[in-house]
Amino acid sequence: MDFLRKQLDKIQPHFEKGGKFEKFGPAYGGIETFLFVPNHTTKKGAHIRDGIDLKRVMMVVVIALLPALIFGMWNVGYQNMGDGHSFWDYFSFGAIRFLPMIIISYGVGLGIEFAYAIFRGHSVNEGYLVTGLLIPMIMPIDLPLWMLTISVIFAVIIGKEAFGGTGMNILNPALIARAFALFSYAPFMSGSTVWVADSVADGVSGETVLGELAANTIPDTSVFDMFMGYMPGSVGETSVLMILIGAALLLFTGIASWRIMLSSVIGASLVGLLFNAVGSSTNELFNFPWWQHLIVGGFAFGMVFMATDPVSGAQTNTGKWIYGFLIGVFAILIRVVNPTLPEGVMMAILLMNVFAPTIDHYVIESNIKRRKKRLQKVNA
Amino acid sequence: MSTDIRIKKGLNIKLKGRAEHKLSSVKRSSTFAINPTNFHGLLPKMLLKVGDKVQVGDPVFYAKQNEQIKFTSPVSGEIKEIVRGAKRKILSIKIAADKTDVFKDFGAKTPGNLAAPQVKELLLDSGCWPFIKQRPYDIIANPEDTPKSIFISAYDTAPLAASHVYALTGREKEFQTGIDALSKLTEGKVHLAVDGNSASFLNNVDGVIIHNVTGKHPAGNVGVQISKVDPINSGDRVWILNPQDVAIIGNLFLTGKYEPTRVIALAGSHVVGPQYYTITQGTKISDIVDGKLVLGKNRIISGNPLTGASVNSNDPIGFYDDVISVIPEGDHYSFFGWMPFIGNNKFSMSRTFFSWLTPNKEYDLDTNFNGEDRAFVMTGEMEKVMPIDIYPMQLLKATMIYDIEKMENLGIYEVAPEDFALIDFISTSKIEAQDIIRKGLDLMIKEVG
Repeated sequence: MDFLRKQLDKIQPHFEKGGKFEKFGPAYGGIETFLFVPNHTTKKGAHIRDGIDLKRVMMVVVIALLPALIFGMWNVGYQNMGDGHSFWDYFSFGAIRFLPMIIISYGVGLGIEFAYAIFRGHSVNEGYLVTGLLIPMIMPIDLPLWMLTISVIFAVIIGKEAFGGTGMNILNPALIARAFALFSYAPFMSGSTVWVADSVADGVSGETVLGELAANTIPDTSVFDMFMGYMPGSVGETSVLMILIGAALLLFTGIASWRIMLSSVIGASLVGLLFNAVGSSTNELFNFPWWQHLIVGGFAFGMVFMATDPVSGAQTNTGKWIYGFLIGVFAILIRVVNPTLPEGVMMAILLMNVFAPTIDHYVIESNIKRRKKRLQKVNA
Repeated sequence: MSTDIRIKKGLNIKLKGRAEHKLSSVKRSSTFAINPTNFHGLLPKMLLKVGDKVQVGDPVFYAKQNEQIKFTSPVSGEIKEIVRGAKRKILSIKIAADKTDVFKDFGAKTPGNLAAPQVKELLLDSGCWPFIKQRPYDIIANPEDTPKSIFISAYDTAPLAASHVYALTGREKEFQTGIDALSKLTEGKVHLAVDGNSASFLNNVDGVIIHNVTGKHPAGNVGVQISKVDPINSGDRVWILNPQDVAIIGNLFLTGKYEPTRVIALAGSHVVGPQYYTITQGTKISDIVDGKLVLGKNRIISGNPLTGASVNSNDPIGFYDDVISVIPEGDHYSFFGWMPFIGNNKFSMSRTFFSWLTPNKEYDLDTNFNGEDRAFVMTGEMEKVMPIDIYPMQLLKATMIYDIEKMENLGIYEVAPEDFALIDFISTSKIEAQDIIRKGLDLMIKEVG
């Protein structure tokens, strides 16, 4: 550690103002603060500060993603090979497919972040630590790497840096990557063949539960399998159990909003119940039990890791209730009434991202009105 | 008459080195100082020059904004030096003190027999006026205003705060007289907030509405109490005072002397034997702390670690402060210090440290920034420590872009920088909330007045 610190101190002058590599200062800063929390002290305001910082927050989210990530890699192997193999066989099969996607996502995304930091002269933000892991986790395992690369580039540049970087973006960057891929490379992003690795070559059926329902067949996946995640799907999203473990960590540490998670489940349940009550003979999705909606199609993953993104979501506590509720409502609504888009969750979150500032506006307006009323009462 | 104020939101920061209930006096300094920079927004105009003799209570300078507001000498002696900074701004006035004080006699008076203008005059002439601050804006009150109410918070919930009840022990009569005088200045009520968990003589003070306050910091902040009792609207003026200054005012009426002595706490993890001291206004920091600190790099703060000002040993203790906190500087690197769940000697409102396992532990926090400044990312955290009915993040954003109408709508008049001190502390993005609010208030003074 001391050695590393000494080396950094030795090269630091080159990156400071007037140094040889002055322009690369932000990049040096990004690496330095990754290794060491800097020696900055408080200059104004409170003299003591909470131990938390953005890196720590992002790392907690990354840790919360790990159970789903590890299970996802195992499941990639399991879905392809079927029963009768060891844990390590499944896991290594999945890891070989999935690790390149993570490396591409982090490499390309962070590369752009660093380039922007150098170009614009601001410090490297840590927001991409989470986004970079989310993107491959919500993509089909068979997505060609060049498509992933372009999706990442689009998401980071158009979705985030164009607005000013972490904290300024309007939409969730990971979902932008997915939406971009879905609309640009639809055959690789939907259908019955993309959710299991090499499904065409190996002749494995890889239809998702929602896909089967949309085709009006009743899926034979058991509820237990849906909950545990023993089914085809994007890498990170299948296992509700693993997602709930991550959710528990996020809620316990106080990083994600319980209001959004809870209200989205309420919203989805109500709409699910409504469809169950109405019923339909032509659309099996109407009859799919409302509570099973919550454990398929990436609903849990979306609510826990995407809807709770503080930057693109509603910012007021009341707003979070409304925002989460409407995400739940729209996720199921889109999923059920538009069978060509089983990905209702993604659409619902992106839609509500757009409306989050409007929701907040009206919530804050009520506070303003209260204050004006008080003034009127005094003046009257 | 008494009511209860229960504050649910907030955060108690438990720091090592709280002052023990033990009182000593410090040796009388040879020089005292008044720093006009203690008074926010003040433009000082000197009345004396170097070499002039002063008695205690003789005016030294006045406020350019309002010539009636005079600042008087806390000791008798001779003006020794006027320290000026850039653009000849007066930074400090140093006074060489006599061995014993000679007091200017303002004449003992009974507040009950006086009318408001006479009370005001005495407070202005004696130099007691600057003790009265106004909300909004958190600056010295304008003597031409009539406040809708006066608030005194005798319950301090900040980390390392001094106990007002302990500091006022033996000055009960002065305190009551001070209240009697102040109640002449408002057509409304005088409100006194006390610790709702333990009764003291303050519960029996006459002529005030007692508020029993319970809850976490910032429950003791006067701004929080005002917002719960009688919130400030556009155009309102509420005056606030510190309890010990009320006693100094009371003493003025009882004896005719301006005697700005105060009981202060010397506290913090880098103080050896933290305890209380009796000091006179203007005492140099070095005269209080010398020989009582842990060796090493220390930060000496006049005030508590959340809202106080960093001072060096030549500065006087702040005009409004009743605590000096000394904590270690934190200019060190920590290797992978951002890894969740490690580095548990740090305190956090979030549970990303294991410090939540030990809720009663006292922490030895240093001045490390614990990260770097970032754009707003996390939401909901500021609301957890903001008991006033405002949206702190939206107000901060409106203030950052100087959107006056929005600031007004979102409640800028109801807040003071100290109400945002916990937001400084807990902010994940290390937003300098107090600084932003102070600048916003200054803008409002300029634009709205």
